[in-house]
Amino acid sequence: MIHRIEVAFREGLVDPRENEVMAGIRDLGISGIERVFVTDVYWLEASLTEEQLRAVGSTLLSDPVAQVCGYGDEHVRGTEPCLRVIEVGYNRGVSDPLEYTILKGVKDIGIDTVSRARSGIRYVLQGSCTSEDIEVITHRILLNPVVQHVVQPGEDFFPSEPTYRFELRHVPLLDQSDVERDRIASSFGFSRDELNAICRYFASIGREPTDVELETFSQTWSEHCVHKTFKAKIVCDDEPIDNLLRSTIMRATRTLNHDWCLSVFEDNAGVIDFDGDHAVCFKVETHNHPSAVEPYGGAATGLGGVVRDVLGTGLGARPILNTDVFCFAPPDTPYRSVPTGVLHPRRVFKGVRAGVADYGNRLGIPTVNGTLRFDPRYLGNPLVFCGTAGIMPRWAARMGKQEPGDLVVLLGGRTGRDGIHGVTFASEKLDDTSADSSRSAVQIGNPIVEKQMIDALVQARDRRLYRRITDCGGGGLSSAVGEMGASTGVRVHLDRVPLKYAGLSYDEIWISESQERMIVAVPPENLEELLQVCAGEGVEATVIGEFTTNRRLELLYDGVVVGDLDMEFLHNGIPQLELSGARPREEWAGEDPSPGESYSSVLLGLLSSLNVCSKEWVIRQYDHEVQGTSVLKPLVGPAGDGPGDAAVIRPLLDSDRGLAVSNGINTRYGDIDPYWMAASAIDEALRQLVAVGAGLERVALLDNFCWGRATEPESMWALVQACKACYDMSLAFEVPFISGKDSLNNFSEFEDRIICIPHTLLISAIAVVPDANQVISMELKTPGNLLYVAGNTYAELAGSEYCALLGAGGRKVPEVRFEEARATMHRLAGAIGGGLVVSCHDMSEGGLAVAMAEMAFAGGLGASVNLSALPLGEAISRDDIVLFSESNSRFVVEVPVAQARRFEEWMAGIPCKQVGTVIPDTDLHIQGLDGTVVVSVPLHELKAAWKRPLDW
Amino acid sequence: MRKPRALIVRAPGTNCDLETAYALDVAGAATSLVHINRISSGEMSLAGFSIFVIPGGFSYGDDLGAGKLMARELERRLRDQVAEFVRRGGLVLGICNGFQVLVRAGLLPVPFGERQRVSLIPNASGRFECRWVHLRCAPGNPCVFTRDIAALDLGVAHGEGRLYVPGPVADDIVPVLYYATRDGSEPGYPANPNGSFRNIAGICDASGRILGLMPHPERFVRASQHPQWTARGDRGGTGDGLSLFTNAVDYARSLF
Repeated sequence: MIHRIEVAFREGLVDPRENEVMAGIRDLGISGIERVFVTDVYWLEASLTEEQLRAVGSTLLSDPVAQVCGYGDEHVRGTEPCLRVIEVGYNRGVSDPLEYTILKGVKDIGIDTVSRARSGIRYVLQGSCTSEDIEVITHRILLNPVVQHVVQPGEDFFPSEPTYRFELRHVPLLDQSDVERDRIASSFGFSRDELNAICRYFASIGREPTDVELETFSQTWSEHCVHKTFKAKIVCDDEPIDNLLRSTIMRATRTLNHDWCLSVFEDNAGVIDFDGDHAVCFKVETHNHPSAVEPYGGAATGLGGVVRDVLGTGLGARPILNTDVFCFAPPDTPYRSVPTGVLHPRRVFKGVRAGVADYGNRLGIPTVNGTLRFDPRYLGNPLVFCGTAGIMPRWAARMGKQEPGDLVVLLGGRTGRDGIHGVTFASEKLDDTSADSSRSAVQIGNPIVEKQMIDALVQARDRRLYRRITDCGGGGLSSAVGEMGASTGVRVHLDRVPLKYAGLSYDEIWISESQERMIVAVPPENLEELLQVCAGEGVEATVIGEFTTNRRLELLYDGVVVGDLDMEFLHNGIPQLELSGARPREEWAGEDPSPGESYSSVLLGLLSSLNVCSKEWVIRQYDHEVQGTSVLKPLVGPAGDGPGDAAVIRPLLDSDRGLAVSNGINTRYGDIDPYWMAASAIDEALRQLVAVGAGLERVALLDNFCWGRATEPESMWALVQACKACYDMSLAFEVPFISGKDSLNNFSEFEDRIICIPHTLLISAIAVVPDANQVISMELKTPGNLLYVAGNTYAELAGSEYCALLGAGGRKVPEVRFEEARATMHRLAGAIGGGLVVSCHDMSEGGLAVAMAEMAFAGGLGASVNLSALPLGEAISRDDIVLFSESNSRFVVEVPVAQARRFEEWMAGIPCKQVGTVIPDTDLHIQGLDGTVVVSVPLHELKAAWKRPLDW
Repeated sequence: MRKPRALIVRAPGTNCDLETAYALDVAGAATSLVHINRISSGEMSLAGFSIFVIPGGFSYGDDLGAGKLMARELERRLRDQVAEFVRRGGLVLGICNGFQVLVRAGLLPVPFGERQRVSLIPNASGRFECRWVHLRCAPGNPCVFTRDIAALDLGVAHGEGRLYVPGPVADDIVPVLYYATRDGSEPGYPANPNGSFRNIAGICDASGRILGLMPHPERFVRASQHPQWTARGDRGGTGDGLSLFTNAVDYARSLF
C-alpha cells in the first residue's frame, strides 16, 4: 500500500525555505501573504506495520530532536484554517533525487519492504490574496512546470512501469519529395545540404536509414558537437576565411608552439605542464538554454558537465577548482516587461546560483572566483559559464587510444529520458514554447553519483586499468562512443545499457543525455579489477560493447542490427557551411558626456552599478576552501569583503607551486567595437593575474564565445573581428589558447520582438605560479606607503560604466597598445615577485576611481591621490576622463617607502608614476588636474554603496 | 618512535578527506583513508587504530538531513566497533559533516546514549556560508584535541551548523569551542555564522576524547591559508588548525 509521511520543523523553528518563499512572493510584488509553512512529504510504496512506519518517520525521514512527523492524512504544520494548501511533486518520468537515499536508508534501519518512494513539498499559505496571485506564486515560485506539478487528490504516485516492445523503424528518405525531405530535415535539425549528403550516402549503400542512424547524424553534426559555424567557409567583407577557428585562435597557439602546452584543441579540455610531474587541464562550458527554462537543474548539470570534461581529459584529471561567470538581465526588471514563458531574471539568478553551488559544494570542488554581468538583453537567454580545472600525473596528460577488442564500459548513473535532444535544443532559438518543448531536454543531476565516479576513476587511472576515457555529455552515448570509436570502429549493444526505468526505445537510449556517465575503453584482462574498483566506491559499471577494426559504428538491440554506419562519412561527411560577414553600415558616433563639477556622487553611483557592486551574496554561498588549497580567496582584506583579483590555489598540498585563475569579460565594448572588446577581455584576464604577482611566463587562455545570431552577416563580422583580436593578443603576449567553446544562437523570439544577447566573449586564464608564498592581495596594507599607477591612461570612455551611468555613448573604446601593455605587465609582475609591492589592483569597470575606492575600503585605510601625477598616454584636460576612463593595462600599486627607490628603478622606462599615499584617515581624497578636490568620501559610504545592490 | 595510526572513514559524498589525511600526516600520524563499505563489510576494522576521524563533506548528499544516512550506517554496522574503540581510549573527531554524523548517531554529546539528544539545524541566515571565524576555547574543558589552545581562527563552510539543544539536555553539553570576537564583545552574525546555541562551535563528551566541531581545522595547516596572511607577511609558517591534530597525535602516542 501507499504510506504518506509529513515532516516539518517543530513549532518555533523556522524552515529557511519559508523565508525564501516569502522573499520570492515579495519579489513578485504580491502583498497579503502573512505566513508560509513548508513541510516535506514522502510517499512510500511499502507494506509497513504502524511501528515500522513510525520508525521510518522518526529515525530516517525526520530529525527526532528538531522535527515532527505526521502519518497518513495527519498534517503537522499550518493546521489552522488557511488560505490555500499546495502540494508539489515531481512529474512522471522525472527521477526523484531522494528515492535512492530513502530506499538505502530504510534498509539501514532494518526494513526491506519498501519498494518505491517519492518526495514532495507541502506549502500552506496564510493571509489573503486573489486566486490569480496564488496561481502566479505557484508557478513562479513554488514549482517549475518543467519538472514539477501540483499534486492532485488521489494521484497515482507509482504508475506501473511502461513496457517497451522492440520494433526496428526505418525512415524512408530516398524517393521522397523535396517537401517531405524538408520536413524530415527540420524534424532532425538538418540543413538541406546536410540531408542531401545523407541521402547520397544511403543511396550509395542502397538502403533507407533507420531512425537511430538519422539521430546519430543529427547529434554528431549538431552545432554543439562540430562547431559548424567556426569551421565554415566565410567571406567577410571580401576576405575569404576557411575555418575561422583554425585560421586565428588555433593558429596563434601553433605559432607560439610552447613546449609546456601538452594537449591543445584536441581533447575535452586543454592541458599544460604544471611542475614536470603533473599536468593541469582547464575547460569552461556554457549551459545557457537549459538554464533559461530550468535555472536550478540547468545550471547544476552545466557544472556537472564541465567537471566530467575534466575527468575525461587525457586519461582522467581530478577536479581542483571551479570558476563561474553568469550573465543575467537586471534583477529589478519589472515583472510586466517579462514576456510569457520567460522566467524573471531574479528567479533565474537565484536558481542558477543555487544549482551551481549545490552541485559544486557537494562535489567538494572549491569555487575560487567568477563574476556576474548584467544586461537587459540577457532576458530570456541568460548565459551560464561553468569552468573547471583538474590535475593529473604528467603521464596521463594525453588522450588515450583504444585497441580493437577493448571493451566499451559505461560507468556511473543510469540512463533515462532526461536530456533527450539536448544538443539540438542548445543550438535552437528560445521562444515562449521552449518551456514545454524542452521538458525532456532538461536533465536532473546527482552530484554524489558524480563524486563517487571521480573517486573510482582516479583509482582506476592510477592502476592503469583503461586505455582511454571520455565523458557522456551533449549527444549522450551517440557522441561519446561515436567519437571514441572513430579511429577503430565500435559495436554497441543498446539493450545492455542500465536504465532508470523501463520503456526506453533503442534510439532514446542512444541519445539520452542522462547525467553522471563516463565511457572507458578497457582491455578485457583488466575488466575484473575495474569492476572491483567501481564496486568499492558503489559505482555501477557495465560492458555495453567492444571496439572493432572495421571503422564502422554498429548498433544492436537484442542482437538485431539497428544501425550500421561508416565512421569516415559520419565524422567527415558533413558539408562545410558557407557564411558571409559584413561590417555594419553606420560607424559608431557616440560622444563623451559633458563634464561635471565634483565626482563623489558619480563614484558612489558607479560602485552601486550592478557590474561593479559586491558579489559577496553569491560568493559566500560557494565553498571556496574545500580541498585545503586556498591561497588567495575571492574576498580579501581584514573584513574579508574586498574584491580580490585572480584567485590562487596550491593544488598539491605538499608543494608551494600555485595556480592562479582569472576571467575577463566586457560586453559593452562589443556593441561598439568587437575587436577591442575581445582584446580588452584578454587584457583584463591577464591584468588580474599580474595584479596578484602571477606573471605571464606560463599562462594559458580559454575562449568562450556566446553570440546572438552568428549566421547573420553583421554578427558574423563581429565574430571575425573578435577572433582576429584573440590571434593578435595571443601572439603579442605570447599566451596561447589551449581550448574553447562557442554557443552562437542566443536569441529569444517573442510574439512582439526578438531579443539577441550582446556579443559576449569570456576569456578565462590560468597561470602557473612558481612560489605561491610570493603572491599579494589587493587591499591597502599600511598608512604611509606610496601609491603608484602603472600604465598609461587614455581618453577612452566609450562603453564605460561611467557613460552607462550618465546615459552617454562615449567617443572611443579602450584599446590595447601591445608593446606598452606587455612591457608594463612583465615588469610589474617582476616587481611583485621580487617583494617590492604589498598590494596591487587592476583598473577595469569604473576606472581609477573605482579601483582606488575598492583598495581603500577593502583595507580599511584611506588614500590621498593627485590626478595631475597620473601617467597619460595622450593630453587629457578633464578630471572625469582620468577618473573613469577604462583604458586597459593599468594598475594601482602600493609600495613601502623603503622599497620606493628600488621599485622606481625597476619600473624605469615603463609608464609608472607615484600618484599618492596611503593615509591613516578613513576617507578617499582625490585631487583633480588643477589641484582642487574632485572626490572626497568616507570609506564606509563607499563600501555601503558598493554592497547595497546585491545584499540579499 | 612508532607513529599513532589514524583512520579516516569516508562515505559517498565525503569531500574533505584528502586534506584531513594530509593534516594528520603532517601532525605525525600514520593515516589510512578507508571507504565505510570496507568497514561495514568487515574487510577492515578499527582495531590497531587510535584516532578515528569522520571528515567533512555531504555524505550521501545530505539527503534527508546532513549526515543522516552515514549516522544510520554507523549505528547499524559500526556501533560495536566504535564502542570498543572508545572503551580502549581511542580518539574520535567529527569535522563539519562528521560532527553532524556524530550528533545524529547519538555519539555526542553523550556517547551511546539511547538516542540523538541535540541537533545541528539550518543556519539562522538560511544559507550555506563559507567564511572565517574567530574561536575561543572553553576554559577548563577536558577536550584532548584543544589542549593549550586559548583561541584560534578557522574557516566554516556549512548550511546546517546551528547547534540546537532542547532545554533539559543543556547541562549534558560540554562546550569546547565558542564563536567569538577579538574584543570579547557578544558575537552576533556573522561572528557567530549560524546562530548556534550559546555561540557553541564544537562540543566533546565528558571524557574529552570525542570531539565534534563545525569549523575546519584541516583547512588551516599552513599560515598562507589564513585570509589575512598577505597582510601579516606570514609566508612560511604553520596554521592554527594543525595544533588540533598534533594534540591528538601526541595524546595517542602516550596511549600505546
